[in-house]
Amino acid sequence: MRIFVLFCLACCSWSAQAQLAEADLTLQRLAQQLAVASYDEKSALISQMAQLPAERKKPLLEALASNSLYSRESDQRLFVIERFKPGERIQAFFYDESLLIESRRQKRDFDKIGINNAIRRTLSSELALMEVSSGSDQQRRLAAEQLLKSPQDIDASRLQALIAQESSPAVAEVLGLVAALQQLTSADSSQRLAAIKTLQRSLYPQVRVALVQHQGRLDASNPLQAGEYQLVQKTLASIDQLQQLNGYARDLYFGLSLGAVLLLAAIGLAITFGVMGVINMAHGEMIMLGAYTTYLVQQLMPAGSEVSLLVAIPAAFLVSGLVGVVIERSVIRHLYGRPLETLLATFGISLILQQAVRSIFGPLNREVATPEWMAGTFMLNPGLELTWNRLYIIIFSLLVLVLLAWVMKRTLFGLQMRAVTMNRPMASSMGIRSGWVDALTFGLGSGIAGIAGVALSQLTNVGPNLGQAYIIDSFMVVVFGGVGNLWGTLVAAMSLGVANKVIEPFAGAVLAKILLLVFIILFIQKRPRGLFALKGRAVEG
Amino acid sequence: MPVQATHMGPITRLLTQDKNGRRLLLVIAVLAIVVPFCNLLFPAESVLHISTYTMTLLGKYLCYALLAIAVDLIWGYCGILSLGHGAFFALGGYAMGMYLMRQVGDRGVYGNPELPDFMVFLNWQELPWYWLGFDSFAFSMLMVLLVPGTLAFVFGALAFRSRVSGVYLSIITQAMTYALMLAFFRNDMGFGGNNGLTDFKDILGFDLQSDGTRAGLFIASALALMLGYVISRVITASKLGRVLVAIRDSESRARFLGYRVEHYKLFVFVVSAMLAGVAGALYVPQVGIINPSEFAPIFSIEIIIWVAVGGRGSLYGAVIGAVLVNYAKTWFTGAFAELWLFLLGGLFVLTTLYLPRGVIGLWPPLQQRWHRYRQQRDLVHQEDCL
Repeated sequence: MRIFVLFCLACCSWSAQAQLAEADLTLQRLAQQLAVASYDEKSALISQMAQLPAERKKPLLEALASNSLYSRESDQRLFVIERFKPGERIQAFFYDESLLIESRRQKRDFDKIGINNAIRRTLSSELALMEVSSGSDQQRRLAAEQLLKSPQDIDASRLQALIAQESSPAVAEVLGLVAALQQLTSADSSQRLAAIKTLQRSLYPQVRVALVQHQGRLDASNPLQAGEYQLVQKTLASIDQLQQLNGYARDLYFGLSLGAVLLLAAIGLAITFGVMGVINMAHGEMIMLGAYTTYLVQQLMPAGSEVSLLVAIPAAFLVSGLVGVVIERSVIRHLYGRPLETLLATFGISLILQQAVRSIFGPLNREVATPEWMAGTFMLNPGLELTWNRLYIIIFSLLVLVLLAWVMKRTLFGLQMRAVTMNRPMASSMGIRSGWVDALTFGLGSGIAGIAGVALSQLTNVGPNLGQAYIIDSFMVVVFGGVGNLWGTLVAAMSLGVANKVIEPFAGAVLAKILLLVFIILFIQKRPRGLFALKGRAVEG
Repeated sequence: MPVQATHMGPITRLLTQDKNGRRLLLVIAVLAIVVPFCNLLFPAESVLHISTYTMTLLGKYLCYALLAIAVDLIWGYCGILSLGHGAFFALGGYAMGMYLMRQVGDRGVYGNPELPDFMVFLNWQELPWYWLGFDSFAFSMLMVLLVPGTLAFVFGALAFRSRVSGVYLSIITQAMTYALMLAFFRNDMGFGGNNGLTDFKDILGFDLQSDGTRAGLFIASALALMLGYVISRVITASKLGRVLVAIRDSESRARFLGYRVEHYKLFVFVVSAMLAGVAGALYVPQVGIINPSEFAPIFSIEIIIWVAVGGRGSLYGAVIGAVLVNYAKTWFTGAFAELWLFLLGGLFVLTTLYLPRGVIGLWPPLQQRWHRYRQQRDLVHQEDCL
């Protein structure tokens, strides 16, 4: 039984192969005739060849379309010659024969298979059809989208047939648009009206261009065309409206991703400044250390660039966190209750760290590679293409926030931390080592800044000045959101990010930033304790 | 006796009580006479000659010292830590720079009699309205005082009325100077964008490159510093100054005692901003350029460290700090450029940890020790005689 099945399978595959081989032979026979055929015959031959299930028809037709198919006078063998230059090697198409060109004079041995415009149209149509009908659905949709650029390439009746038997709705939709674009130029006005209706909700830029062109061809004062003119106008208006919605969505996305960056940069500060009340001007440098750690990790594991980012996250947390603990124990510890002095001392530390990094790594920016899974874009609709890395940053920042909220609300360390910030003497007398908790809290805030550095290394240049660019923004976010309130930080970061991207198109990037800074300065006047102020005794502490 | 004290009764009284201030004013006055004298009268090869470069450098330090006094006035005496005082300095500088720009006339690269070079370059057709009036020296000098003063007034009125204080105030002043820096970097602002204002030719008809003009500017800086010191001294020694210190030490208590805290703060903030503006205006013709980097937050923080190193809460300490730190900066950036930021950073940390009263805080203990030593020596001497 089993042997019989195997035998049948073998037969099937053998017969399939035989079919293919036969098709290749037919292809060869037809192609050979091209050399001697008239232009009309050539058209017919091309159509015949396109129908064959042969594998090699596509490169053959492509060579023909690009005027690089030659036939050798002596034996009619076909050659694809892109450049006829001495020293180049050319390959016979159907035979296993290659040949070195020695001199230009050899060109006389070959005849170019010429084509005219009609044949070129046939060819491009056939090639386009081949593209659309082979490969995965994704590839076929891309091929169909290519057709939108030149809808006249493809033969109308063939296109209709293709649409009728298309299995994937996404491809069928794009092909329908191609057909509609073709019909836009037809002489029959009812067909044109139907085509315009089909195009109504399409966001492809080519569709809009075609409609605008069509509108130009119509005469609004002509009573016969007035209705159509209005329809085109309405369609364009609806497309523009959709585009505008798309624009809002894009602004929102960019805004949220900027907000996520701000959130990441500010969230560590929300701990050190918000919870401990320490003005850490070296916070930006903690971010920078995280970014440089990412760079170092990538240097240490050049093979694993895909996972190095994941390794860099804990590494950056540890590096920045340790530096934070050292700073707390050596400097900040002596300055509790003197916020302005803390500000100055930590600013000094930030200068030292910057110069240290500049001395070790040099003043130039360092290249941090982006892993493949973060690169590229995804498409929501034809008018809206978004990058993956921003999405990852948004998700990552929210994860960090949630994790931090969990640590603060649900762990013993978080409990002790809150106890110490609320009432230090009482916490100490309950047996909490407040000095130790201070150091760890500061380390936690710094470590999270380090994690932010990992994320930022994917978005901006990694250089000694990386931190400075974010320190003022971070303070703005924390102050705006309300000190000591993680959710306030989230709301502040996201709203500042979105506001920035909404203002940007009108005012430009720099002015948008200035406007927001002025807004925050004014906002602080109105609510000196930020959006979500803590109430009660904590405020006075 | 200090120079200005002849016809000022109350000020004379003040200064007679201020030994260190008297010494400081004397030193500045001597410098103001000796340095230009040595520069102009002695030939270049003479030992006593002071080069124009050194004189300009000293002039720069004097401007910085005035700026430090302005910061000390609000930080040391009123507890307002402004991380944006560089903005007032730069605004004063820009007002002066605009006047100098108008003085260039048609001697620019493009030879346009109406517009400065950068405007011609940007294809501007006419002078923006806010440049009008800067042809006049008197108007420009008024603006040197009014522009920083108005900004400080508006900013301070808003901030102090809503009781933004402490760290929050520091952060929003920093945001202010940062926003101004971004704004001045824009070409559309009409202040030369990135490059700022430069290529000045002359001031009040005197060539800026000549030694005589440089000497004049040096003397003007010295006079401004002395005047700034006296004004600040008068303020701090008055009853108003007492209230300021009270506000610094306990703001709520001062308020509960019935003082309108925000008015006092606003007054001293505006005065300080104007002093900073004057410092900037004198700084620009000496260095020959003003650009948006003067608005950079780091510059404003550097000013704080001058005051902290010198000793906050004493005006002459601020002057000493400004000169010391800037001399160190000049020397280090020349000799070991790499080390300068380490040193500056270290200064921040060490002064806040170990020198809360600054360099001048080191002086009284030393003095005491010296007195004790002398007393003991005298005792021993007396015993020996007996």
